[in-house]
Amino acid sequence: MDIGTVVRDSGSTIHAKKSGWRSTQPLIDYKRCTSCGWCWAYCPEPAIRLEGGKYIIDYSFCKGCGICAVECPLHCISMVME
Amino acid sequence: MTSRLGLSGNTAAAYAVRQLDVDVVPVYPITPSTTIMETLAQYAADGRMDAEIITVESEHSAISAAAAASAAGARTFTSTSSQGLLYMHEVLYVTSGLRLPVVMAVANRAISAPINIWNDQSDVFAERDTGWIQIHAESVQDVYDRMVQAYRIAEDSRVRLPVMVNYDGFVLSHAHGPVTIVADEEVAHFARRVASPFRLDPDSPISLGAIVWPDHYFEVKYQAARALEDSRRVIDEVQNDFRGMTGRKYELLRPYMAEDADFLLLAIGSVCGTIKTAARKMRSEGLKVGLIGLDVYRPFPGKELMRLIGGAKAVGVLDKAFLPGSMAGPAYTDVTSALCRYGVNVPVHDFVAGIGGRDIKVEDVQTMYRVLEKAKDNARFDREIHYVGLRR
Ligand code: SF4
Ligand code: SF4
Repeated sequence: MDIGTVVRDSGSTIHAKKSGWRSTQPLIDYKRCTSCGWCWAYCPEPAIRLEGGKYIIDYSFCKGCGICAVECPLHCISMVME
Repeated sequence: MTSRLGLSGNTAAAYAVRQLDVDVVPVYPITPSTTIMETLAQYAADGRMDAEIITVESEHSAISAAAAASAAGARTFTSTSSQGLLYMHEVLYVTSGLRLPVVMAVANRAISAPINIWNDQSDVFAERDTGWIQIHAESVQDVYDRMVQAYRIAEDSRVRLPVMVNYDGFVLSHAHGPVTIVADEEVAHFARRVASPFRLDPDSPISLGAIVWPDHYFEVKYQAARALEDSRRVIDEVQNDFRGMTGRKYELLRPYMAEDADFLLLAIGSVCGTIKTAARKMRSEGLKVGLIGLDVYRPFPGKELMRLIGGAKAVGVLDKAFLPGSMAGPAYTDVTSALCRYGVNVPVHDFVAGIGGRDIKVEDVQTMYRVLEKAKDNARFDREIHYVGLRR
């Protein structure tokens, strides 16, 4: 083992999937979403990506913390029991 | 070329830091260590030292900045005392856990409450289990010499651990003494840098301090503890090389009239000077007494100590610190566990003195030696701590 627990390969947390932590999942109502990116900026994982002009949630990494739902200025993310 | 200067412990430490090509010095002042930082800031302002002095907002930040700078590959120094050292507590573990070779000078001082700025060693003993190498100085010369040795030990690839150089507040930090200085180039050569096995570098990123799960944590902590244990070999090498350069001899332990002594005191720091005076007096009265200075306290040189005290009739441990509720002082607990581990059977007594700047006089030391002489035929261990110089 490397001394000082150095992690030399970047991106190792790619293997740490967080979906098992979740009891509720965020759902974006795209009819109201303006693609402002606020949720993307706040997600601590980060589990929100910009794809083709749309912010989408990667549920393998979303831990269900609900921060995105609280921060969305349009309140268009709801936390739904799994 | 060497020269002799009149320096205080703090300015001797600062003088060494200037010679040691230190890159980063995060500072927060506290009595009695403050004048180290003042001296370093002056060196930097005068262009005599090319270091980044960072004035942080607390000791917690000072050691955090020191650890971070060290992680980025910088040679890093800080210093503190008393409450400041205690405020660093959690980050001291982080520094040793991440194997960062920070060097810190600690001018030892009593702990609040009640507030007291004078010397005892309660501060460093509260941090004795943080995984740092801990070295104690007996004189101002020791402060300088141990500082010169510190980075060689800390940065060695077999060690990679932080080093604390301790010396008694005021007694050594502020009292001036003659210090034989090694020339700048010689210090630079002696303490030349070795390549760090890792460093934070934006062009070649690594992660440090990531979470370690139960399947590895035990091994990581064992690695660091093992490195601390094994560092005694490296400390020996560095002490030998230092002796080659200066002629001054340093060892893990510092025996004085110990070889044929019936009654031995074990002590730490500047009080050893007083004990030597007392020992000479008692020798002239026919009592065979001696002293062993515990210069390197972590890693604790138990095996080496047992070789030196095996022949004594009684041993006393002088602690300038309390461990309330533990029935013993801190050094006493280390000494007695070494005795048990190596099966050495000698009566051992615990003296607590010099708390909060209370003077330890030659007569106090003589009292201790007399306790040892009286007690030699009694129980292997004494049942009570002897508080010397305490009014009750
Ligand atoms: S619930 Fe938390 S983790 Fe999941 S997408 Fe929202 S902010 Fe990110
Ligand atoms: S914060 Fe709300 S509106 Fe903005 S992108 Fe996210 S979901 Fe859409």
